[in-house]
Amino acid sequence: MTSLDTQGDPILLEMRSITKEFPGVKALSNVSLRVMAGEIHAICGENGAGKSTLMKVLSGVYGYGSYTGDIVYMAETQQFKDIRASEAAGIVIIHQELALIPELSIMENIFLGNEPTKWGVIDWAEARKRSLELLARVGLREDPDTPIKEIGVGKQQLVEIAKALNKSVRLLILDEPTAALNESDSQHLLDLILGLKGKGITSIIISHKLNEIEQIADEITIIRDGKSIETLNVKRDGVDEDRIIKGMVGRTLESRFPDHEPKIGEVFFEVKDWTVGHPQIQDRLICKGSNFYVRRGEIVGFAGLMGAGRTELARSLFGHSYGRFIKGQVYKDGKPVNLRSVRAAIDAGLGYVTEDRKSLGLNLLDDIKTTTVSAALNKISNYTVVDTRKEFSVAEEYRKSLRTKTPSVEEGVAKLSGGNQQKVVLAKWMFTDPDLLILDEPTRGIDVGAKFEIYGIIQRLANQGKGVIVISSELPELLGLSDRIYTIFEGAITGVLDKNEASQESLMKLMTSARKTA
Amino acid sequence: MNALKKLFGGNTRQFGMIFALVALIVFFQIFTGGRTLTPGNVINLFNGNSYILILAIGMVLVIIAGHIDLSVGSVAAFVGVSVALAMRDWGIPWYMGVLFGLVLGAVIGAWQGLWTAYVGIPAFIVTLAGMLLFRGFNQFVGKSNTIPVSKEFQFIGSGYLPEVGPDTGFNNLTVLLGLVAVAFVIIMSLRARASNKALGADVPELWVEVTKLVLICGAILYATYLFATGRPGTSFPIPGLILAVLVLIYGFIADKTVLGRHVYAVGGNRHAAELSGVQSKKVNFMVMMNMSILAGLAGMIFVARSTASGPFDGVGWELDAIAAVFIGGAAVTGGVGTVIGSIVGGLVMAVLNNGLQLLGVGADLTQIIKGLVLLAAVAFDVYNKSQGKRSITGLLLKNFGRNNEIKPDETTSTKEVISKEA
Repeated sequence: MTSLDTQGDPILLEMRSITKEFPGVKALSNVSLRVMAGEIHAICGENGAGKSTLMKVLSGVYGYGSYTGDIVYMAETQQFKDIRASEAAGIVIIHQELALIPELSIMENIFLGNEPTKWGVIDWAEARKRSLELLARVGLREDPDTPIKEIGVGKQQLVEIAKALNKSVRLLILDEPTAALNESDSQHLLDLILGLKGKGITSIIISHKLNEIEQIADEITIIRDGKSIETLNVKRDGVDEDRIIKGMVGRTLESRFPDHEPKIGEVFFEVKDWTVGHPQIQDRLICKGSNFYVRRGEIVGFAGLMGAGRTELARSLFGHSYGRFIKGQVYKDGKPVNLRSVRAAIDAGLGYVTEDRKSLGLNLLDDIKTTTVSAALNKISNYTVVDTRKEFSVAEEYRKSLRTKTPSVEEGVAKLSGGNQQKVVLAKWMFTDPDLLILDEPTRGIDVGAKFEIYGIIQRLANQGKGVIVISSELPELLGLSDRIYTIFEGAITGVLDKNEASQESLMKLMTSARKTA
Repeated sequence: MNALKKLFGGNTRQFGMIFALVALIVFFQIFTGGRTLTPGNVINLFNGNSYILILAIGMVLVIIAGHIDLSVGSVAAFVGVSVALAMRDWGIPWYMGVLFGLVLGAVIGAWQGLWTAYVGIPAFIVTLAGMLLFRGFNQFVGKSNTIPVSKEFQFIGSGYLPEVGPDTGFNNLTVLLGLVAVAFVIIMSLRARASNKALGADVPELWVEVTKLVLICGAILYATYLFATGRPGTSFPIPGLILAVLVLIYGFIADKTVLGRHVYAVGGNRHAAELSGVQSKKVNFMVMMNMSILAGLAGMIFVARSTASGPFDGVGWELDAIAAVFIGGAAVTGGVGTVIGSIVGGLVMAVLNNGLQLLGVGADLTQIIKGLVLLAAVAFDVYNKSQGKRSITGLLLKNFGRNNEIKPDETTSTKEVISKEA
């Protein structure tokens, strides 16, 4: 928008003492941020520290006047009143929840709100030409006419970036870009961001994945409790993950996993030849003859890339709630059990904590106590009449034992933070008193402190003699937590490693290759 | 204002609606020169609206589960005509007629539930089809004629509690009913308070509880007085009694039973409910079936009241029932709503209708006013709960109350949603 050359001024953006208040809470107080032209600048902080709020102030989501402080961008003080204004200046934000329309094609999404026109009519030929260029730039090989819903999250993320590039972006803000991606898609995305840096595009990246930040960031600004704590230069200061964590939590975490002495008993849960078909596509299998077992008191990890079929395996076991069941048998305590419905699975002593807390795990209209008892209403009701006194005391018990931070169990679950929501979901399944609890991405979107607590809860469950299956995309988490790890690749179990023989490398190898022996 | 809010549980919409209802009654009482709160008018009001309120009970469950039922008027009319014909042509007694009507309602409900729950066709479409279908059936089997019903049958639509016992100047049964209701309200709230206290849950301050009880009991007693002092031969109407019993039963089911929980769960988040072991198809089937049973009941009461079944019975009822439910605080997206709220919503519409009639306002203007009231009630609510929101999460959460306390350790996303709420 201006003729100012960024080369002449190494500082692209400076946010000076930004203060943003919401009724009852100061989300940001005197936060400062300085981003050099052409760098990748990471913002780190626990959930609730104010990272996203800061980015929303910058991008005009919270328009000029709703905060105090100055935004100096390209050597000019800016007063963005909405997103359009900041986009016109070349600042594009890609939100954690992607803003793509599933029914529209890649091309239509890229040009949404920005359609190339000729005489007021959309020029699809031009749009196609440009989208092919943009897709090539982000390294996505897909037909521009493919509907968004047919491509994976990783590719959708690339479409978002293509959309940003189309807006001639100068400063790209990515809010948790890899949260929903698997390792290889994440790596591709990070490479792309580095590539954009080479072409002079400055990026601000918010991420919980500290290893990624360490890998690509030039500078890191740490925000804690709505205040900017420090800015670290990765090369100069020799920053590593522990250093970042120290800044984020204000203390050094001794260990990221609680100490745990496994007490492993005999095999009690066994799955044989589990085969499940894809829900829509006729001949495709999502689980190919899987065999595995779980022992009492054991934490079993399941590692696999996104789309490998981990969640599908878990959900098909849990009452055939996904896919078309073809064959296979489940044995519990040596006896075959029927898991034909979710109810039957719960009655057989299974619990499943979904990876998608908001859309599959919680009714966001409910309060904590209703949620806590929702999977085991029969335990607190007489002749189908719910005993609300029991409900309250059960919820209260779990609130205390899991240390859920809430003023009361009558609070709505939507008001809780991710970590506390996850505790409520865990409480709900713990109350069904399962023998085998399947946890799908139990720490997704949860900050460091709460993660540690969740790990502790998982270990406590194992100590009580329950079997726990943990599915996770974060290999360090699996390695730190599991006693044994299975790897899945394209719907088939490709290997199993004991805690002491597993490493990121050995797992990755099994996660990306077909099984050699049957 | 704050104290008032405490009194009504802090639920803005519910509070607003009760307040609006009282305000409307007072308004009409003044402007009709006291003709609103007379025994005759109040009895009339109940008689003339009980079938809509019965429909609203079923409708709120349908809407909580995330569906809608457009067929209730036609279903009511079809059941009404079938029962009238069965009694006339087959000579079955009135109670068998009622039973027949309920069974027919259940069969129709099963038909609609089958398509909605098990085939997976949106209830809007299924019941739109049902609206045409059963209107057609009504006119087909009744040959578009008026079919009269017997005196005994008319009792369920236009009967009153009989006079028994000594002559006190009041209708004794009505007085007894009022006293029982008062005792029930007092005992229930004291018990709830005691048990909440024992559990260490939050209990409202004592003065709040007491004032609330005094107000509620006062209202009940005043209503009792009106019903018990009507012109000779009238007292508390039978349709009102049926309605009261249904409100108690359905309020209990929605609030306190596993089935009720499941209806809210399916409406709030169907997938989450299924993964918690709720059989959502069964729940959907049940609410649709239940709706048609109640529609059948409403149809019979209407036929009994108007002494004959006709080809245009129940036209537009679905809209009145749906309006009552939404005025009463239910959410279009499902998962939110209460039986008692819908009754209040229905009463707001009924009082409005009645008052405007007493004032001599024409049907045209009455419709305009009712339309605006519906829009205003929901707009007020939406405005209250979401000011300048853009995010999808915000929209998802739009049914939450305000007064959110925010703690600094909450996540960014939650905090932002809340801040936008506020």
